[in-house]
Amino acid sequence: MASQGPRQDEIAPGWTIGTLFGLAVLSVAWAPFWGMESIPFGALWDKTDDSVAAYILWNLRIPRVLMAFLAGAGLAASGMVFQAMFRNPLATPFTLGVSSGASLGAAVAIQLGLNFAVWGVSSVAISAFVGAMTAIILVYALTTTSRQGSSTATMLLAGVAVSFFFSSLILFLQYMSDFTRSYQMLRWVMGGMQNIVGFQDVINVLVFVVAGCLIVWYLLMDLNLLTTGEDFAFTRGVNVGQAKTMLFFSVSMMVGAVVAVCGPIGFVGLMAPHICRLLIGADHRRLFPAAMLFGGTMLVVCDTIARLLLAPTELPVGILTALIGGPFFLWLLLTRRRDMGTI
Amino acid sequence: MRNLNTNIVLETRKFSCHIEGKPILREVSLQIRRGEYISIVGPNGAGKTTLLRAFDRMLVGEISGELDICGMPWQDWKQSDLAKLAALVPQADSRVIPFTVEQFLLMCRYPYMNPFASVNPNDRKVVHEAMVGTGTTPFARRRLDTLSSGERQKVYIAAALAQGAHIWLLDEPTTFLDYHHQDDILSLVALANKEFDVTVVAVTHDLNRAALESDRIIALREGELAFYGTPDLIMKPDVLKRIYGTAMLLVDHPRSGMPMIVPRMTPEQDKELAKWRAKARDKMK
Repeated sequence: MASQGPRQDEIAPGWTIGTLFGLAVLSVAWAPFWGMESIPFGALWDKTDDSVAAYILWNLRIPRVLMAFLAGAGLAASGMVFQAMFRNPLATPFTLGVSSGASLGAAVAIQLGLNFAVWGVSSVAISAFVGAMTAIILVYALTTTSRQGSSTATMLLAGVAVSFFFSSLILFLQYMSDFTRSYQMLRWVMGGMQNIVGFQDVINVLVFVVAGCLIVWYLLMDLNLLTTGEDFAFTRGVNVGQAKTMLFFSVSMMVGAVVAVCGPIGFVGLMAPHICRLLIGADHRRLFPAAMLFGGTMLVVCDTIARLLLAPTELPVGILTALIGGPFFLWLLLTRRRDMGTI
Repeated sequence: MRNLNTNIVLETRKFSCHIEGKPILREVSLQIRRGEYISIVGPNGAGKTTLLRAFDRMLVGEISGELDICGMPWQDWKQSDLAKLAALVPQADSRVIPFTVEQFLLMCRYPYMNPFASVNPNDRKVVHEAMVGTGTTPFARRRLDTLSSGERQKVYIAAALAQGAHIWLLDEPTTFLDYHHQDDILSLVALANKEFDVTVVAVTHDLNRAALESDRIIALREGELAFYGTPDLIMKPDVLKRIYGTAMLLVDHPRSGMPMIVPRMTPEQDKELAKWRAKARDKMK
């Protein structure tokens, strides 16, 4: 039962991260050439304007694969931070209401028929981002004004409550809207990268993910200490309140941006950090790069499968990740032993 | 660091704490000098842990009155500076900590580390010394949540040592430990107190140990300071009765002469004993 000796340190973390990096590079390099339309490598250098292969490659496939990697990495990093902050493997931005907030925002934009764009960002995406941030601020406010103080349990409960409330609002909107809009909403809620054309969206999301990751990077040691308990972190010199607020909002921005463009893609943020924790241990200075690489690779692979599985139509990748994630969630619940830790 | 050479490390003036209108601490005024060994005793719910945590700025509820840490008001401390000075040593509870002892102790160097730099050799040296000093080297590479309570309590003490804190705030450090581990922990604390001039503040229910170890004892009753003084002044039946509301039987310690509390007998046992004595007397006649 008790694990004797150096269990986690035995697997050299350098090798694990190196392997994950290799897999990430490989998947990102290969994925664009896979699909309905098989594309020769030569299309990469094809500068002629009327080459269909080059157009598909540069305007559809490559942006899409990059977006999938970025989204996967961002969601994995966010999941990692929330799992550590709440000392609970089931705590992810999605369980805390971010996805339902974003979905509600998107649903409202679709229902109102908003159709504009700012810096190449569509009205639906902007509205989804606003929805995600609203959910987060609501959860945060509910937690801090709660009489029990900002306990993590309160925050989880507030997240679940907000999540349910927003979900029922979405159902209400769907019920009130006509068939086309209802389908549009439903399609958005399933999540996917099918709308990515060109690099504009990729760049927009990249800015948020990089900014968020820099903050998380700065706070990796604080995260380590928060994993051991808030009182421990506090007495070791971590400004707990400030660190939690910074982490909370940086993560929410990352997730908000990803969800606004790709829709809610569940379970990546839950699975990637957890699997990586089993691989290389809970030290966030190693876990952070590992989880990002793993999450990115995972979503690139899932998205490629989603494109190929039902070709010529495609499966929304959110459905695929949920199909894998549901059983994983249960497995986590059933096999979680004490010596494996709550996180 | 500032103010380290003041003689008074902790001072409260009319310090009160209310949680949802319920008073937890009422106008507590006291001073703790550098290098002192202080025990905080009192009945359950008297506010002992609240006071101890307040010394590390873990404040809850509405606060009034003043608290100075090394001569500076508690509000003015930067968290990482305070960590170089004071460390809370919690009870060896069963919380899950997914790190090895060595990893955990290296994290305790947090106030000295740069977020982007890797661990430097000096940090490793300090952690190594802390492990040797506390006898935790044999389980350096084991995960913390696989250790026994006694071992874990030693690691928590090693953490305070690795952190370089001058004030150790211990929350019932020996409550769940067997006699052997109690001795281990208390001698570690006493050693730090004598050799390194560490100021020790320990919450405890073990008055006998407190009386033998401490320079002074703080007793709280219903949030008020009921007693603050040397052990020989508290180990008296009338004083203890006032604090705990129950009569105590005291017997002098065979070596130190300090009065010790021994368990009283129940009234039934007392009657039995009287009968037995009477019988014995009859036989003698």
